[in-house]
Amino acid sequence: MASTIRVRAVASGDVTEVQALVQHPMDSGFVKDAQGNLIPPHHIEVVDFQHAGKTVFTALWGPAVAKDPYIKFNFKGGQKGDDISVSWVDNKGESDSLTAKIS
Amino acid sequence: MMVGTRDMRLFAAVIGFVCFATATVTQAASTQSDFDAALAGALAAEKDAGALKNQWTTTEQTLAAAKKAAAAGDFDAAVKQAKLAEALAKASIAQAKEQDTAWKAGVIH
Amino acid sequence: MLRVIAVLIAALFLAGARPAAAADAINPDADFKAFRDYFTKKFPNVPLNDFVNGPYSMDAGLRKQWEAIEDFPPYDFAVDRGKDMFATPFKNGKTYGDCFPNKGIGIRQDYPYFDLKTGEVITLELALNRCRETNGEASYSYVKDEMASLTAYMAFTSRGKPFDIKIPNDPRARAAYENGAKYFYSRRGQLNFSCASCHVQSAGEHIRTEVLAPALGILAAMPIYRSEWGGMGTISRRFVTCNSQVRGVPLDPQDENYRDVEYYLSYMANGLPISGPGARP
Repeated sequence: MASTIRVRAVASGDVTEVQALVQHPMDSGFVKDAQGNLIPPHHIEVVDFQHAGKTVFTALWGPAVAKDPYIKFNFKGGQKGDDISVSWVDNKGESDSLTAKIS
Repeated sequence: MMVGTRDMRLFAAVIGFVCFATATVTQAASTQSDFDAALAGALAAEKDAGALKNQWTTTEQTLAAAKKAAAAGDFDAAVKQAKLAEALAKASIAQAKEQDTAWKAGVIH
Repeated sequence: MLRVIAVLIAALFLAGARPAAAADAINPDADFKAFRDYFTKKFPNVPLNDFVNGPYSMDAGLRKQWEAIEDFPPYDFAVDRGKDMFATPFKNGKTYGDCFPNKGIGIRQDYPYFDLKTGEVITLELALNRCRETNGEASYSYVKDEMASLTAYMAFTSRGKPFDIKIPNDPRARAAYENGAKYFYSRRGQLNFSCASCHVQSAGEHIRTEVLAPALGILAAMPIYRSEWGGMGTISRRFVTCNSQVRGVPLDPQDENYRDVEYYLSYMANGLPISGPGARP
């Protein structure tokens, strides 16, 4: 089963730029389907990025974030070849994680 | 010659009768069979539009509204909607027939 | 009396005879040149190959946002999924690659084509479902994600390759091309718009909040991830939704008219590079 996470991290000097794309329906719970029934909320609540055992970025998401969210941020430290790991958990308790190398 | 009282009373009676008769001749309410006829006309026209591959979504919505009104027993509204649907379907047919040749006017030369 | 009848009959006969010149009136090469000139003259600052980027070739602000999105494109998931589907055999052991030239890789720019045996236009989507059916699999919906994933992957393998659509020297092929042109320019729906109303006359202008793409190269980026849809859309899906947006009841997804207009528009894009799969607002 393919991962729901795509991540790319590029180190430049002592700053690492991280981009991630997460595949998730991000249903807000306010939208109705074709029959007029509310589609229940199903969205990521926490996204966590870790480098060298430390959290470098946390995102607390909710119904306002759209489907297949994209995220981009910088953090100090991190070198080419280091591991960066991403994990998310949603309101249903589902989760996924991925580890990639900083290039 | 002066009109006699008897003639006046007869005259008044005739006027009265005419007024009474007019008051009872109101618009008859639409019936199920009125609706059936109107719907049949609309559906036939929409079918012809379908054969030309040129139906409008508004025609379909109006047909649905007509059927809904009829199901609720409001045949006046149902007949109105069905007749509107037929008019829309006929307009879409006219559009398709016109465009059959008129499309060339828009071609980039 | 008899002379009058004879004259009338002769007049009817002549009126019914179709002049031979009409069949030769279909001139795709002349149409192609006129179509291209219209857009290059209307938008002299747009490089020819940039037309395949649709609204982004028309609006600088929109383009900047798109370039940021392309850094990490939302259609990536569809491409990966399509690649997996291509690698997964059918129940009978065959694969999609067995149905196509070059195993289905790098061939998207040749579609649609006119099949001289069956006398019809074959689009990529139609060919994919026929491949499934021939191999004992149920066909996919033309407007949903599976078809979009397959065509996204195939488009991706053809990125940069120029459209190479052929109209064989056959009256049926020319008729299909002409029918496609007719569909493109015919007004339809209660709103009485033709495809040309938006994509020729109003290319580059706004419709509500969207910038209208020029018709030149408009299919090169398909299938697209549309932010508005929150997902992928095939060519079939786009035609269907465009119809309903002008209040016209859509045709079946691979109706002859849709395949013919895809044929027409793809031929008009000959020489322009495949840019799909694409990302659109």
